[in-house]
Amino acid sequence: MQDSVKPDGITPSQTVGPFFKYGLTPTGEYAWNDAFTNSTLTPDVSGDRIRIEGRVFDGDGVAVPDAMLEIWQADVQGRFADPQDKRALPNASFRGFARCGTDKDGNYSFETIKPGAVPDPAGKPQAPHILVAVFARGMLRHLYTRIYFNDEAGNAADPVLALVPADRRATLTAVREASKPVYRLDLYLQGDNETVFFDV
Amino acid sequence: MTFIYPIGSNTAHPLPLSPDYKSSIKRAPNKPLIPMPHTLSELTGPVYGHETVREGDNDLTRQHAGEPLGERIIVHGHVRDEDGRGVPNSLVEIWQANSCGRYVHVRDQHPAPLDPNFTGAGRTVSDASGYYRFVTIKPGAYPWGNHHNAWRPAHIHLSVFGYSFVTRLVTQMYFPNDPLFPFDPIFNSVPDEKARARMVSSFDLENTQPEWALCYRFDIVLRGKDATPMENH
Ligand SMILES: [Fe+2]
Repeated sequence: MQDSVKPDGITPSQTVGPFFKYGLTPTGEYAWNDAFTNSTLTPDVSGDRIRIEGRVFDGDGVAVPDAMLEIWQADVQGRFADPQDKRALPNASFRGFARCGTDKDGNYSFETIKPGAVPDPAGKPQAPHILVAVFARGMLRHLYTRIYFNDEAGNAADPVLALVPADRRATLTAVREASKPVYRLDLYLQGDNETVFFDV
Repeated sequence: MTFIYPIGSNTAHPLPLSPDYKSSIKRAPNKPLIPMPHTLSELTGPVYGHETVREGDNDLTRQHAGEPLGERIIVHGHVRDEDGRGVPNSLVEIWQANSCGRYVHVRDQHPAPLDPNFTGAGRTVSDASGYYRFVTIKPGAYPWGNHHNAWRPAHIHLSVFGYSFVTRLVTQMYFPNDPLFPFDPIFNSVPDEKARARMVSSFDLENTQPEWALCYRFDIVLRGKDATPMENH
């Protein structure tokens, strides 16, 4: 292909398969380097440190032991560690990205901070949220969802949540435990409690 | 609704439910995806460059004391966007089976030998023009339990970040003229024949190294902001 030729379309997605762990999420178990972990935390990061945890289930309610979740989020001021966010401050080493493979019981967890509010295209604030990409054996393309937080008053006015039928918003809303900064959200790939996935 | 990255590009992807691929049946959503405008959250993405990659991570034949068995190959190409522009500084991760079709993953039960000199994982970062290059060995085909006598065509798994969280791509690169293509439900989950062809590398004689390694070219095309994709036809 010549450098100047316009491609006739994108490269299609294929499943991440069952055997991604040694390459993408080795977590010390394989002879490969952990470029990514399930934590976005850096020593100097500001904001409230939180843990988000839950399980991933299939359409039969069976735990998915070979899913991978990736998160992407703003810092506590609602700014992204990407030069395309023109407001980005050259402040911290916070990068806003983490990756977690599910364990044999479908569990995932992330150590991160509660993000700040990010503006929508009209400049109105969105409620604090984290983007999630869901990959798994059996998923031919990854799917996008969001994590919101049940203790955020801004959810009621969030322009993206407003696109979601009210009875499905709970599938996007992590629930804080009473005594500690831990939020829980289970993901259902299919079925009555199916997680809302976005067409983006 | 405003999509900065035109959403029609996604028609190249497989549908989530592709019943011939049995594992998709219980893992594909039943409810339609909900369209939403791209906000700053979708338009930005993780930035990982050279600091993520160690010296030699792009040469899978030099990660152990000895050289792995199998056919040494070069895999190279450009990461581009749909408008044809190179995507610079993009992290490309690969993982693959060894030359016998066996993964080092603990749950791979295929009774083919492991190779102590091959892990099968690699990383690199595309250069200023979007160019990337790996040295590895050609992976073997392997059996799987999807249906009677099911074999995956030889493939290398790839993961690419690109400019934003919505350009994220995980795919598989195949080798030209594989006789297993007509029988593989994962390859054939991509509905459009031309789109399937974009997952197949091409033999590159010009960059094949005499007395050393065959070369395959694989261009990875990510969503572009100015794309005006054809509707499905
Ligand atoms: Fe594979």
